[in-house]
Amino acid sequence: MDVLFEEWRQIVDGFWETVQLLVLSGLIATVIGTLLAAMRVAPVRMMNAIGTSYVNVFRNTPLVVLFILVVFGLPELDIQYTFFEKAIIALSVYTAAFVCEAVRSGINTVAAGQAEAARSIGMTFTQTLGRVVLPQAFRAVVPPLASVYIALTKNTSVAAGFGVTEATATLSALLNNDPQAAFALFFGIGLGYVLIVAVISTGSHLLERRWAASR
Amino acid sequence: MGGITMSSVLFDVPGPRARARHRVIGVITALLLLAVVAWAIWRLYENNQFAYEKWEPFVTPAIVRDLWDGLLITLQIAAVSIVFANIFGMLFAVGRLSDHWLISWPCFVVVEFFRAVPVLMMVFFFSIKYASEIGKFWVITIPLILYNGSVLAEVFRAGILAVPKGQREAGSSIGLRKYQLMTIILIPQAVAAMLPAIISQCVVALKDSALAFVIPYEEIVSVGNRIRNEFHNSFATAIVLAVVFIIINYSLSRLAIWVERRVARRGRTAVKHPPTVPGVGVGDESMPG
Repeated sequence: MDVLFEEWRQIVDGFWETVQLLVLSGLIATVIGTLLAAMRVAPVRMMNAIGTSYVNVFRNTPLVVLFILVVFGLPELDIQYTFFEKAIIALSVYTAAFVCEAVRSGINTVAAGQAEAARSIGMTFTQTLGRVVLPQAFRAVVPPLASVYIALTKNTSVAAGFGVTEATATLSALLNNDPQAAFALFFGIGLGYVLIVAVISTGSHLLERRWAASR
Repeated sequence: MGGITMSSVLFDVPGPRARARHRVIGVITALLLLAVVAWAIWRLYENNQFAYEKWEPFVTPAIVRDLWDGLLITLQIAAVSIVFANIFGMLFAVGRLSDHWLISWPCFVVVEFFRAVPVLMMVFFFSIKYASEIGKFWVITIPLILYNGSVLAEVFRAGILAVPKGQREAGSSIGLRKYQLMTIILIPQAVAAMLPAIISQCVVALKDSALAFVIPYEEIVSVGNRIRNEFHNSFATAIVLAVVFIIINYSLSRLAIWVERRVARRGRTAVKHPPTVPGVGVGDESMPG
């Protein structure tokens, strides 16, 4: 147990890095993913195809392989970023595919009458989607989107293998220094992740309850 | 999924002018895409990525054989972890549904912990603490069992709870005991309804087997990592690895969707709509691992 108190500074720094990865790539992925979802339901074939291909490619590629592509592949194309920035790129690109699917399933839950009503008063596709369907879809999408962010929390750990000293990299370093304290370190740092996940799912439950009334 | 697809309700059946407009937007999108692709190709060409020596390893028989062996190990890791994860998941799902809190509470804690903790963290833990005792295969496979097993435990639990109440009551009324009810009535129906989710979990296990590269082991991503270091062709290697995984995982996802339709059609279960569990989805909507 002592090791957790002795090294608390390093552990907190690690989790700070984890949270930064989570928030930044979560935001970028949400923006890209929502755009992709709009493309997947748009009346233009070409856009459907792009959205579908994106999802199929990135949902089926291991995150590690995507990290190899971004972290070691991009420098070969003379595109230079820091490890942290490259981790953000890989995580965002990967997570966007899952955000897209979550938002699309949300769009599918909005009652058909809503979109029909919007169209019958003369709204265009963009207006129907932006003013009527998406605001409601985002409510239906809170639980699946929360799952995506929870998965993203765990996925930020992959950055540990690619030069970012977030919580899992901190664990690995501390484990190597002091294998005796392996259990304390593992469960201590594990609890940190449990805490982040608990915050996300509690937030999602609160939002769900709050928005449920307005439907 | 299910019901009327929204995309047809979002817009009117396009008339001649709308069709023309859509065509213009389509062409513009295609041109933009083409511009991006052209830029990427130019960038690749500029940086000598089309040079034969970058791709040569992937037509060299000895290296192709290494990759093939690596792929077999990847499949082996995924298969073994999914089999054990199913057993783990079944035990803990039933455990969580137990009437005795002394059983249900520990099961709850274990499942929630291993669902929330990154697989890579477990890999580091087992690799530093137990690698010499259990060997590298289990260093990657045990974390995958614990994680996928915990996810499947929630899948099964939701599946068991989704079996209509009448089934349970009918079982009780003919005098079945609690464990008979579970094994004869509830679990078989839950498994049939959850089959697509189990297949989707195979995709997750396959992708997560790539985490073995930190050990490193001998599965395909570790092999790729060695090739990349030797030939300085990270870009080419990553593309080859990605293509292999996309082909396998895409086929598995299609299989999950096919099974889902089949189970629904043949009425093998009284579960009408398999419930979705946070963190996992059925077929088309699987969540990141």
